[in-house]
Amino acid sequence: MAKKIVTALLGAAVLGMGAQAAQADTLSDVKAKGFVQCGVNSSLAGFAAPDAQGNYAGFDVDYCKAIAAAVFGDATKVKYTPTTAKERFPALQSGEVDVLARNTTWTINRDTALGFNFRPVNYYDGQGFMVRKSLNVKSALELSGAAVCVQTGTTTELNLADYFKANNLQYNPVVFEKIEEVNAAYDAGRCDVYTTDQSGLYAIRLTLAAPDDHMVLPEIISKEPLAPAVRQGDDKWFDIVSWVHYALINAEEFGVTQANVEEMKNSPNPDIKRFLGAEADSTIGADLGLDNEWAVNVIKAVGNYGEVFDRNIGAGSPLKIERGLNALWTKGGIQYAPPIR
Amino acid sequence: MAAPASMASGRTERPPSSLLNDPKIRGIIYQVVTALVFIALIYFIWTNTLENLRRANIASGFGFLSGRAGFDLGQSLIAFSSDSTYARALYVGFLNTLLVAFTGIITATVLGFIIGIGRLSKNWLIAKLSTAYVEIFRNIPPLLVIFFWYSGVLAVLPGVRESIALPFGSYLNNRGFAFPKPVFAEGFWLVLAALLAAIVLSLVLRRYSLNRRMATGRGVPILWPSIAMIVAFPVIAYVIMGAPLSFDYPVAGTFNLTGGSVVGPEFISLYLALSFYTASFIAEIVRGGIRAVPRGQSEAAEALGLRQGYTTRFVVVPQAMRIIIPPLTSQYLNLTKNSTLAIAIGYADLVSVGGTILNQSGHPIEIVAIWMVVYLSISLLTSLFMNWFNSRMALVER
Ligand SMILES: N[C@@H](CCC(=O)N[C@@H](CS)C(=O)NCC(=O)O)C(=O)O
Repeated sequence: MAKKIVTALLGAAVLGMGAQAAQADTLSDVKAKGFVQCGVNSSLAGFAAPDAQGNYAGFDVDYCKAIAAAVFGDATKVKYTPTTAKERFPALQSGEVDVLARNTTWTINRDTALGFNFRPVNYYDGQGFMVRKSLNVKSALELSGAAVCVQTGTTTELNLADYFKANNLQYNPVVFEKIEEVNAAYDAGRCDVYTTDQSGLYAIRLTLAAPDDHMVLPEIISKEPLAPAVRQGDDKWFDIVSWVHYALINAEEFGVTQANVEEMKNSPNPDIKRFLGAEADSTIGADLGLDNEWAVNVIKAVGNYGEVFDRNIGAGSPLKIERGLNALWTKGGIQYAPPIR
Repeated sequence: MAAPASMASGRTERPPSSLLNDPKIRGIIYQVVTALVFIALIYFIWTNTLENLRRANIASGFGFLSGRAGFDLGQSLIAFSSDSTYARALYVGFLNTLLVAFTGIITATVLGFIIGIGRLSKNWLIAKLSTAYVEIFRNIPPLLVIFFWYSGVLAVLPGVRESIALPFGSYLNNRGFAFPKPVFAEGFWLVLAALLAAIVLSLVLRRYSLNRRMATGRGVPILWPSIAMIVAFPVIAYVIMGAPLSFDYPVAGTFNLTGGSVVGPEFISLYLALSFYTASFIAEIVRGGIRAVPRGQSEAAEALGLRQGYTTRFVVVPQAMRIIIPPLTSQYLNLTKNSTLAIAIGYADLVSVGGTILNQSGHPIEIVAIWMVVYLSISLLTSLFMNWFNSRMALVER
């Protein structure tokens, strides 16, 4: 509330007063201040949430670390700005954060009118519904008349309106700004249905008082390509953020892991050698404005895409989300990266 | 007295050596310079903002307001759907703000007067309870009071299926208070017209009674005849028109109670919290106002033989009101501004709806500007009204 207004005002003030609100060269700024300021979720288990020690951890957090590793060779040179769905855009526009890695859906409106750039999709998601099992609902089409809890400032609230309208269903939106408030309201029975990205539903279900009393309905009602976002007008920084993701994907394809990355530098495969900057006279990093070993640093810090996925949200995590669309293109998914050449 | 006189004479005697030394002219120059700097600053911010927005590739201008909202709102006094415009969404938020501010102000005022007078009561229990009320609510941040109602009281009410049944087919549950919605048929206007006629006649009767009392020292009874008219007229009209009013009762549906009207827990908790919180301040203002009327006034009234009730009504309160109204105005403004805390519990007030639009359309500066203009206008209008009311209340010197 107050914080949001402050953020908005701050955004307005920065746009109004700052002579250089739209920094043309984020990389130099980041290098000068010595850390990457990364916009993340305030708290969504698996994606970005403080752990028991208060350190941020999660899928999106690993992207922040990977970017820091690429720039500084040190994954700890990152600071986090927790944002609600509403706060995240002014935070990026005003330059408060350098990059937004916060399960943000790439939409045309955000790509154009809001002044952002998106490229690699780090998680292909879709919107779903969660209900109490005791309601005996088997499909979203049976939800007419329900009260639906939703977080504001999301594509979720827009898809929700469209889906119910298209299917001629009535509903009563119960809208909050903070995810904690939505969770509490749903848990307290203020609403019958919780809707958000399916990945989010799995994470949120585990935080409810009795996770087993709730189920996620089969319908997926939207496309939610979640992607890191940067400000328009800074192609160099945009390239770095994009290629960090592509490096993670290529690493998985090549079988380069956190554990074997050092040995892989000696791989007989020229593709791998080039990728890891081990070729003679390599400019693989210099062309990005980075160290030639940038990809090595990224993988040393967080592992390849598969490892990042498994550790935070996949089989190795409490969420146990299947790879599905997020499997590599060679394994039936659509995660695909341009070649490093 | 001596100093200004000598200064004034000093000025006329000494011929101005330079225009700049003339305090009057210097004053004007300072003001002009300040104004110019201020205008230049505004101009700088304005052009710079536009330039920076352009450079950051962010769209600007108010044109987006006529675009389709695309989201639904939980509480709305007027018809609203996702097909409505952003402008209408803002209007819905504005009406919701007015609703909670208006109802909150009324309740806080009534409660505040009762408690403020209660603190002055000679009854020990009433005085202590009133003091406790003031001390508790005045010292808790309003946001906590909102959460107290929202999470502490309303959220622990039973779910829909176990709704508490109240008289007249109403229900209370953790989704709010559901009550029968009146459905007006064709001839209902006559009932309203009859009510209006009764009220007008009562006022005429009162005036007549007053005039007669002035002329003859003896009025006519007004209270009971007025009540009789106000009850009887509409009832007769209702019967004549063949009962043109029915009710739509809430009944249990699959998920929620359907039919009837529902006031959600968001509104209820915000309304209660703002009323209770502000009432504690109003109570203190009322107590202070009454205390400030010199004792001699009521003693004089008593000496004239006025009964206790009359003394309070005609002697103490009118004088206290002069002292009460100005600080009361700032409490009303505070309540209105505190209503922006709505966002914490998801009540669709102007700030909450504006925030959603700001985010969905990406126009922070325009929305912040609208917020500022609207709240400023509400505050100024409230002040204007209260100033007018104050001047009516002010003692007329005879
Ligand atoms: N992908 C959607 C929704 C993203 C979103 O904000 N999801 C919520 C619910 S899963 C969330 O992550 N909230 C976390 C927070 O506010 O800290 C969007 O970009 O609009």
